[in-house]
Amino acid sequence: MTVASPQPVPPYAPPFDSGGASATAPGRRRGRRFSVLTRRDRLTIGLMVGIPAFVHIMLIWIPALGSVILSFTSWNGIGGLDKIKWIGLKNYENLINVYQPFWPAVQHNLLWLAVFLFIATPLGMLMAVVLDQNIRGTRIYQSVLYMPVVLSLAVVGFVWQLMYSPGQGFLNNFLEWVTGDPRWVTPGTAIDWIGTKGLNLAAVLVAASWRHVGYIMVLYLAGLKSVDNSLREAAAIDGANSRQTFFRVVFPVLAPINVVVLVVTIIESLRAFDIVYVTNKGLNGLELLSVLIVTNLLGEASLVGFGSAIAVVLLLISIGPIVFYLYRTMRSQT
Amino acid sequence: MTDDVAPTALATDVLTGGRTTEVVSGKRRSKTGTHVFLIVICATWIFPLAWTLYTSLRPFGDTAKLGYVSIGGTYNFDNFVNAAKGMDLWLHLFDTLIVVVPAMVIVLFLASMLAFAVSRYSFRFNLALLMLFTAGNLLPQQIVITPLFRMYLALPLFQPLSDNGLWYDQFFGIIAIHVAFQLGFCSFVLANYFRQLPKELTEAALMDGASVWRTYRSVLLPLARPALAALATLEFTWIYNDFFWGILLLRTGSKFPITSALNNLSGQFFTNYNLLAAGALLAALPTLIVYFALQKQFVAGLTLGSTKG
Repeated sequence: MTVASPQPVPPYAPPFDSGGASATAPGRRRGRRFSVLTRRDRLTIGLMVGIPAFVHIMLIWIPALGSVILSFTSWNGIGGLDKIKWIGLKNYENLINVYQPFWPAVQHNLLWLAVFLFIATPLGMLMAVVLDQNIRGTRIYQSVLYMPVVLSLAVVGFVWQLMYSPGQGFLNNFLEWVTGDPRWVTPGTAIDWIGTKGLNLAAVLVAASWRHVGYIMVLYLAGLKSVDNSLREAAAIDGANSRQTFFRVVFPVLAPINVVVLVVTIIESLRAFDIVYVTNKGLNGLELLSVLIVTNLLGEASLVGFGSAIAVVLLLISIGPIVFYLYRTMRSQT
Repeated sequence: MTDDVAPTALATDVLTGGRTTEVVSGKRRSKTGTHVFLIVICATWIFPLAWTLYTSLRPFGDTAKLGYVSIGGTYNFDNFVNAAKGMDLWLHLFDTLIVVVPAMVIVLFLASMLAFAVSRYSFRFNLALLMLFTAGNLLPQQIVITPLFRMYLALPLFQPLSDNGLWYDQFFGIIAIHVAFQLGFCSFVLANYFRQLPKELTEAALMDGASVWRTYRSVLLPLARPALAALATLEFTWIYNDFFWGILLLRTGSKFPITSALNNLSGQFFTNYNLLAAGALLAALPTLIVYFALQKQFVAGLTLGSTKG
């Protein structure tokens, strides 16, 4: 899914069978199966695999590799590739020692991850567990919780501006209405939710979580539905209450979906960009690694090499969960 | 979805029905508690959108005079009319759809071919290829943007597809990157789907002398219709909602997707929030319609990816 983020990080199930037909057919049959195919058929298969692979590798993996290479160079993007100068690890040194927004951005990304991991994701899972209990009107509840997920993060950002705007937003106007004190909406004395460092990050995280909870809820609900009900019945007969049944029986059985939820949560918080960008272009307390990459690319100086170094940092952080996920997938193959 | 729940619910009811009455009454009490909990959460969840709708129906003058938290004054659709004009709604809706529809069709076409080949014929790099696609789809987009931006400025493209001879600032470029990114998820889901179909289907076709293309086109593709419908719904929303590629790989304002065009409504010194509320709802309307009309498909698409069945 997507990303959320631009597109939500999509959910993937770890256990999928490898080799398709060969899952049942022993390896020896492979040659025979292929020999049935004519040369034209083999060409067809080649193209069926080759065209998508070419598009994907050319537009995703080559640029990703490009980021790694460019991160060791200094280039402002003007002039040809011959203007690229190798400067070794200089970009990384500057990033760590000189570039001021770097560490705040790392902190904000970590905080983002922590909020998603410890608040939004568990809340989404809780909602799924509650809604899984055969409750009347469960579909209405699900639709409501899921609605924010179909909105783009840019729209989410605007919707929450209507909550947070100091003079025209709901929050301050509500406080004024309750207390009768006009200072709540007067410029200067009103709380500027978006303009105040620290406060704005919390405000944006509330908005991002609003969307994340529904996404996790749907993913987890699908997982819960796939659990064989006889497991729950057996636990109930053994005298387990519903909490014990969930934590001792259902949760362990759902290990694959737990991995999906975990990876989706991590990647979503690393991808966070749109909502911050529409709020204030990621400045003044809303710096994120993803935003810094874009600012360096689009900035007046267009520091391609330096921006790539930040991209590599983000790449290194995201490779961890991706490899973990792929490892789990691989292991369930064998 | 409710139909799916029914059998299991029945089983639980039978089970608990056999227990003592105390348990049953306890259950009932906790159900009321659950409903209260759910209603509170859902009210909180829907509030920002309800507030947006309420604000969008009121003229700016009324809210300025009566305050935002108030009832009364006029309610009308003027803000929607003005927002549609201010953000050039139809132009940007066109810009969005000219990207979304081809991207969706191409990605499903390519992904179904790849998934078909990978799931029906085994070759050595089968698994490695799916892994590569999966990993690529999970990468944060910002990792590729800097070199991609440079590539788009350097890659040539001929006339009808490009008005400046480049990939940059063209719908074609946006479509291409969406296809590249979404291929991962779609081929993964479709490969899983194809594997569940009996392999005798393709073998029979092969024995009857059908070519690989024919087998794909006339045997497997029609069977994949439910999965394709679910993925199409999902991809429509995801690509429609894109903001990132639009703002980075396009420059001409009149080509911007609808999500970026919303920015036109917030002024530099003064923003009319009633107008902005209407604009945000207009931009969200297509996805909301798709969601409410095709909710089942939508959830099915995610479910196909996250669970095996």
